[in-house]
Amino acid sequence: MIRSFRALLVRDLTLAARVGGSGPMGLIFFLAIVTLIPFALGPDLNLLSRIGPAILWIAALLATLIGLDRLFQADQEDGSLDLLRLAPVPLEIVVLAKVTAHWLVTGLPLALAAPFLGLLVALPPDAMPALVATLLVGTPALTFTGAVGAALTASLRRGGLILAVLVLPFMIPTLIFGVSAANAAVGGTVPFMTPFLILVALSLFAAVVGIVGAAAALRSGE
Amino acid sequence: MRLEVEDLACDRGGRRIFGDVSFALAPGGALVVTGRNGAGKSTLLELLAGRLHPAAGRIRLLEAGERTLAECLHYVGHRDALKSALTTEENLVFARNFLGDPALTPQEALAAVGLAHAGRLPVAYLSAGQRRRIALARLLVAHRPLWLLDEPTAALDAAAQDTLLRLMEAHRDQGGMVIATTHAPLPLRDAGEVRIERARPVPSEA
Repeated sequence: MIRSFRALLVRDLTLAARVGGSGPMGLIFFLAIVTLIPFALGPDLNLLSRIGPAILWIAALLATLIGLDRLFQADQEDGSLDLLRLAPVPLEIVVLAKVTAHWLVTGLPLALAAPFLGLLVALPPDAMPALVATLLVGTPALTFTGAVGAALTASLRRGGLILAVLVLPFMIPTLIFGVSAANAAVGGTVPFMTPFLILVALSLFAAVVGIVGAAAALRSGE
Repeated sequence: MRLEVEDLACDRGGRRIFGDVSFALAPGGALVVTGRNGAGKSTLLELLAGRLHPAAGRIRLLEAGERTLAECLHYVGHRDALKSALTTEENLVFARNFLGDPALTPQEALAAVGLAHAGRLPVAYLSAGQRRRIALARLLVAHRPLWLLDEPTAALDAAAQDTLLRLMEAHRDQGGMVIATTHAPLPLRDAGEVRIERARPVPSEA
């Protein structure tokens, strides 16, 4: 079981690093959105630092979305999905390996790059560790939720748009608690741990539902 | 292990593609599936590979222990399931580790299909026939008793077709089973044949 999981994880990470892979694209997209916002809002540092965590979270959400449509679609198109169905492990493990690889190349870099991009939106220094923490535990929820949509739209040609429409509503709770946890670290009446622990719970919940849901969607076929 | 298929039928898009397909396969057996274009040959293999679900009938796997049918078979379809960005060797290493029960090393498998020199080439650089041979080399890197081959000779040159026939016969000699769809005659030693006929349209109750 571990062997199949690791083989698929290594394959997907290698593919992401190769030419045409989705590796750095999410990060560049993230940077592009965060850079655009100050241009649109104007040079009001107070305003920027107040909505900074929200900007970074929305950018992270969109950056996660852009790579998701290829999660299962690429394998569907070249027939690899048929190969993955022959695994000596349940399809849930296959989904877990693919989602883990996807998070390692999109979610994790986003979280690690957040402090540098936080400078662009005048984020106060004491908010940065909190923001990184919320993105670290919150982005898996986005990826797992999105995996269900990716599995449902795997065989559709223009699946990317439908995927966004399908999964965005389910990402709202993660967005709310992610941003409120990041804001709570800077100040406010709510202690940081309250929204943060709910965010952790959302990620764990999304992990279970996302894996089972995506595997069921793949099983039901075309 | 043995495979028994009884009265298998398949519906797609609300239409019956074929019905009443029955056959049995014992160790060392081979089955050639023939039929016109669009008759449902590939669909039959996809049913066996677990990609589609039968509308009626049964697929039974006997004497296979706790393994499911999907864990006992190799499937080589029209789409070759190779990643263009990876080298041929990386593709085979993945298949070997992922499918479990490893047999030949990727190098040996590539040599067996006559592509020993292409190990470090990305699959994107290869021709259709070479890609097909890599997909067939996947049969050799992991041991699975049942091979499902969808028009395995397509895009292969005469020499490669001979190699494929030899590989299939060697697999059967070791107790393996082969089910292949084909248009061209496939000279497999005492192979059974199933002809898939398109089911007549059932008059709908208006």
